[in-house]
Amino acid sequence: MWKYITQRILLMFMTLLIITAICFVLIRLLPLPLLPAQDPHTEVVLMEREALGYNKPIPVQFGIFLKNVFTKFDWGVSDKLYIGRDVAAIFADKLPATMIVNLYSIIFSIPIGIILGIFAALKKNTWIDHTISTLTMVVISVPSFVYAFIIQYIFYYKLGLLPALMNSGKDYFTWSMFKSMLPAVMSLSFGVIAGFTRTTRAELTEVLTSEFMLLARTKGLTKTQATVRHALKNCMVVVLPSIFGAFIGILGGSLIIERIFSVPGVGSLYLNSINGPDYPLFTMLTVFYTSIGLLAGIVVDISYSFIDPRIRMGSKK
Amino acid sequence: MENEFENIPKELFEFAQLNEVLHDKKMDTKARGYFADAFLRFKKNKSSVVAAVIIAFLVLFSIVSPLISPYTINDKDGIYQNYPPYVEGFAEKGSGILNGGKVLASQNEEALDKWKAVAKETGMDPVNGIVGTEEVESKHRGQTVISKYYKLELNQYYAVGIRTQTFSYEEFADIQRFQDETGIQVIYPWVEAKDIENITDASIWYKVKDAKGTALKDANGDWIPAYSSNSEIEGAPYTSHRIDGDPGTWIYSVRKSGAVSCRFSYYNYYIYKNGHAPHYLFGTNVMGQDMFMAIGVGARFSLLFAVMVSAINLFIGTIYGAIQGYYGGKIDLVLDRIADVLSGLPFIVCVTLFQLHLSNKVGVVPSFLFAYVLTGWIGMSALVRKQFYRFKGQEYVLAARTLGASDKRLMFKHIFPNSLGTIVTSCALVIPSVISSETNMTYLGIVDLSSFAGTTIGTLMSQGQSVATTSPHAMVFPSIFISLLLISFNLFGNGLRDAFNPSTRGMED
Repeated sequence: MWKYITQRILLMFMTLLIITAICFVLIRLLPLPLLPAQDPHTEVVLMEREALGYNKPIPVQFGIFLKNVFTKFDWGVSDKLYIGRDVAAIFADKLPATMIVNLYSIIFSIPIGIILGIFAALKKNTWIDHTISTLTMVVISVPSFVYAFIIQYIFYYKLGLLPALMNSGKDYFTWSMFKSMLPAVMSLSFGVIAGFTRTTRAELTEVLTSEFMLLARTKGLTKTQATVRHALKNCMVVVLPSIFGAFIGILGGSLIIERIFSVPGVGSLYLNSINGPDYPLFTMLTVFYTSIGLLAGIVVDISYSFIDPRIRMGSKK
Repeated sequence: MENEFENIPKELFEFAQLNEVLHDKKMDTKARGYFADAFLRFKKNKSSVVAAVIIAFLVLFSIVSPLISPYTINDKDGIYQNYPPYVEGFAEKGSGILNGGKVLASQNEEALDKWKAVAKETGMDPVNGIVGTEEVESKHRGQTVISKYYKLELNQYYAVGIRTQTFSYEEFADIQRFQDETGIQVIYPWVEAKDIENITDASIWYKVKDAKGTALKDANGDWIPAYSSNSEIEGAPYTSHRIDGDPGTWIYSVRKSGAVSCRFSYYNYYIYKNGHAPHYLFGTNVMGQDMFMAIGVGARFSLLFAVMVSAINLFIGTIYGAIQGYYGGKIDLVLDRIADVLSGLPFIVCVTLFQLHLSNKVGVVPSFLFAYVLTGWIGMSALVRKQFYRFKGQEYVLAARTLGASDKRLMFKHIFPNSLGTIVTSCALVIPSVISSETNMTYLGIVDLSSFAGTTIGTLMSQGQSVATTSPHAMVFPSIFISLLLISFNLFGNGLRDAFNPSTRGMED
């Protein structure tokens, strides 16, 4: 088990390193943005560039970059959007908003999703199941900015209950802040709910038709007992890892939803760094998003092997 | 020993059963192939058939709408921007649809009066209906004043009313020629700002009491025209027909440094410019383009692009997966690592880097395409690889190999056809995912395809999002289109999967 986990983690780091190297080289090959002449920060950025070896060969630059990241967690300074400010600090500044919005969303939606999924599976092939399944399919197909629009239109414009955009500021736990987050939270929730409904339903229907369920019934368990004790447990083998995956995913947030509701988070920072362009920021966020993706995958795989040791994702067949 | 069998003369061979009767019953039914079978199963799935019909309709829409719309993607109107759906003739019928109507709240008495005056002057009534009234009490110098406010549904196209603009002498003369030919009044008599309390609103043509625009009425309750008959004002020659009630002294234009300024009805000027009345079935977007046509143009690109991407990815993925699955071992391991690294790269990073590096050299669309091709084939290759692992050890492959079939022949003639079903299905599911991510990328503005494709659904929606609350139609129509397209493609794909792999029916992943 531990050997498998170490192996997976090492492989992940290798993949991350390769991707970082490729992106780093490609980003450093791009022409540098012009610095404002009068700004006092220009001096700082120029010094930083000198220290990072911008005039040295790219492999050397990559070495310096890695050394800085590993020894001091220094990702350089922003040279366009937040000129002269430390990139890691900007990132740390933006992360809470993304995390809180996404955390609310999955805390609300995972239970709803699982309950709907269980409900659909238990009422399989009735109108309830058909309605839930069709809605799930519709919600998964429709792009998220469509819900964002519907929510904004109904709750802000027609009913006037919620604000259109999220408040700026850092008081994340006040009521008005929570209210202003709600549209974003709701828009994010649709997809999560639909995803969990679908997984739970598919898994539970399969479990419910398996033979051990029949055995459980013949032993004399009632349908409820059999479902709760045997079916749900087995269904969680698949559902639980995706919950872990979802929790890792909250760090990344959603670019589109963050932009529409002006959530001051990582997603909008990333978009701004692309449109800036602000390459030091872009480099850091690229590494961040890559690691989130890889981490989510690996957490899902490893949790599978913890929950059900028979499954070894990605190992030799 | 071996040689003894090599040179058996031909005559010694004889048929085992040449004239014997076969006792097997001949099959009467026609043989049915794999695809025919799948098609039969597909036809039974009602929702997928409906989805297929909807897809066909939407594809047809995207081809036909730019053709039947009177506008092209380059027709951008400077005034009719973010305007609701309008087709000429619907407003007067009071049908409530396609009348260019938008509800404006808090319109006071003066405003309502102004709209009525616009209707009187131009003959086009902008008020579709009064939706509601409210009375607001306020204290003014110790007295309670009740002011009445209206909620009006205004025809946005008529409500533009009269505008002032500077034309060249040639155009001014040409408009007069147009007036004479068609009898449509474009140019209206000039009103001097000093005659109407220096109000700059060009739609006001009547005498006013104060700077708020309260009309001064005559004994019958009619507006009193404030048209200028100041003969000192120099204008361009006006020989065309004059409006009713013109004593012949009203002037129609004012000279402005080599050009001529006049009051004109924008609606009628639009007819003069375009040769027809506004005809916006889905309204207009922020650039004044016809949404009906723009959705078609955008969707055409999305669909073509998605089909192209899936075809390329299908090709690469199949070959890659076939090599991986067939050879296995070390080759598989190395190729799998490469695929792993590529799949770890976030798609948005990939798109951005390709845009930054290549869009100047090869163009926006090819670099966008490369971004899709770089990582898009991985899913397909995994599928093909799985199928190859399943089939490469089977006896018939061994038999073919014994007969001396080459690796290439074994791979593509014997094993590959087994994975066709999977490929067809995944292709039908790849198309919507490409459309969806392409829409996302253009929506976020990471890729700007407007110069190549005219517009895209994503661009239209991001334009619509900024005015979502005031002009919801700009968001609603592209939303409906893209949602319908994606839902039907997914339904269609699920139907295809069930038809091709009946064993996985009902599983949704």
